[in-house]
Amino acid sequence: MSISQDLAYLRAADLDEALRHLEKDGACVHGGGSDLVTCLREGTVTCAQVISIGGLDDLRAITPTSIGALATIAELGRHEEIERRLPALAAAARAVGSPQLRNQGTLGGNLCQKPRCWYWRGDFHCLRQGGDTCYAAFGQNHGHAIFGAEACVYVHPSDTAVALTAYEARVRIAGPGRSSRTRTVPVDEFFVLPADDPTRETVVGRGEIVTAVEVPAPPDGHVGVYRKIRARGAWDFALTSAAIVLAFEGGDRGKPVRHARLVLGGVAPAPWRAAAAEQALVGRRLDESTIAAAAEAAVADASALDHNGFKIDLVQGVLREELQSLAG
Amino acid sequence: MRDRDDSDASRRNFLKTVGLGSAALASAGAGQGRAELAAVEPEKLQKILLSINGRQLSVLVEARWTLLFVLREQLGLTGTKVGCERGECGACTVLLDGVPRYACLTLAVEAVGHEVTTLEGLLDGEDLGPVQRAFVENDAYQCGYCTPGQVMAAEGLLRENPAPDLEQIRVGVSGNLCRCGAYANIFRAVADAAKLRRGGGA
Repeated sequence: MSISQDLAYLRAADLDEALRHLEKDGACVHGGGSDLVTCLREGTVTCAQVISIGGLDDLRAITPTSIGALATIAELGRHEEIERRLPALAAAARAVGSPQLRNQGTLGGNLCQKPRCWYWRGDFHCLRQGGDTCYAAFGQNHGHAIFGAEACVYVHPSDTAVALTAYEARVRIAGPGRSSRTRTVPVDEFFVLPADDPTRETVVGRGEIVTAVEVPAPPDGHVGVYRKIRARGAWDFALTSAAIVLAFEGGDRGKPVRHARLVLGGVAPAPWRAAAAEQALVGRRLDESTIAAAAEAAVADASALDHNGFKIDLVQGVLREELQSLAG
Repeated sequence: MRDRDDSDASRRNFLKTVGLGSAALASAGAGQGRAELAAVEPEKLQKILLSINGRQLSVLVEARWTLLFVLREQLGLTGTKVGCERGECGACTVLLDGVPRYACLTLAVEAVGHEVTTLEGLLDGEDLGPVQRAFVENDAYQCGYCTPGQVMAAEGLLRENPAPDLEQIRVGVSGNLCRCGAYANIFRAVADAAKLRRGGGA
C-alpha cells in the first residue's frame, strides 16, 4: 500500500529552493504526483528525494497568454477563457483520464508524463529502460506507434500536448540551479523522438522544471476541435486523437482555408504534426474532395506494426469526421 | 430517521477514533499549514498533522507512505478501500478540499494543509448521509467493494454540481470501476442523492 523504495521528501517554499535541491543525485519533481507515485510504486522510476512543488501557488496561474505548470487538468477543462480562446485545449483536458486524475494532474505533469507502453511499465528491461530491445516492436503492439517509430515504438500518452502543438505553444523551463535561468522551447521541439534518444521523452534536463506553457493568440476567426478515440468511453489513453485548428479566409467557412494545424495523438512518440494534410487544406475550400485528400495525405508515411494497422484507418476516419464538422 | 446522537459513545465517534492507538492523537489545535512541513528524511518517521473529517490528527509517517496506507493502517479508517493501487479503479477515492482524489496516488505528506474527507466523514451522526442512503435505497451495488469509492466520487460531484444530468453523473463516476456492473443503479442512486441533498424526499 506504499512505495517500497525509500524516499526523502522536501516541500519547496519557492522555485529557487526546488531548483537548488533538484541538482542533487536522485532528486525528482513532484507536481500533482499522480504519474510520479504510480511510477515509484511500480519501480519504473527510481528516486531518492521527492521535491514537491505543490505549494508553489504562483505556478498555478492561468492568464490569456500563459498557463502555469501547476494548473490542474480539471481547471483547464472548465476554464471559460480557455474554452473561448483555445477550445481544442479545453476539450483535450476534459478527455484526460478520470475526474480524480484531472483533479490531481497538472499541465506540466501531463506534458512530462512517462510512457504507458505495457513493456516499459512491466518487468521488461527494454530499450527505454536502458536495455537493448524494444519488446513492443515485435510483441503486443496494437497500442503503439505508426509514425516516428524508430528503435522504440511507444506512443506519447498526453492529450493536452496534442492540442498545444496545434496552437503552437511554447514550454517555459526553469533551471538548472536557479530560477533566473529559463528557456522556452516550442512544444513541437519539446518531445524527444526515440531515433534521437530512446531513453528520454522530453528535452527537460537534469535540474530543470517546467514552469508554464505560453500560448500565442490563434489566428482571427479560428475554429478548433479535439477528438479522442479510446477503446472505451472513459478513462483510457488515446488509440488515436486529433487536434485541428483552422482559420478561413474572411472567417467564412465556405471560403478557402488560410491556416491549418492538424496534430495527431496516440500514434507516435510525440504529438505528430500532419504537415502534408495541412498543405492539402490551405488555399482550398473545405469540401469533400479536399477533406478526402487531407485524410489520405495524413497517413501517406504511416507504417503499421503487426497489430496496429487499424490506426491508419482510424486516423483517416477521425480527420474526415472532424474536418466535415468544421466545414460550412 | 433516528434522532442524531451526538454523545461521545456514538458510532460516528467510535469509527473516527478506533484504531488510532499510539499512532495518532486527536488534537483540537489549528491544522498544520502547508508551509509548516518542510522536509522528511528517509527511513525516519515524521510527525504530521492531518485534517480528516473535521478533526486534526497527529500521525507519524514516512515520506513514502500513501494517504491510503495512513488512513487504513495508521488511523483505522477502513472505509477507504484498497483496489488497484495505480489510479485505475477508484476504490480508494477520498475528497481533498472537497474534490475527489485517489488516495493511493497521494502521498500522506502531500495531504498536510488540506481537508481530507473519507467515507466515515459522510455520516450524519449515527445515520448514513444522503449519498450513502441513496446507494442503499437504490441497491447500487452487488459485492459492495467499490461502493465507498463510488459514494465519495458521487459526493464530490454533487458538491460541485448539485443537480447533474445523467451524462454528468456518468462522467462524475467514470473514475470508479464496478466489476459487478451495477452502473445503472449507481447512476440512479446519484440522481436520487442529488434530490436528497437538495432536501427533496428524504
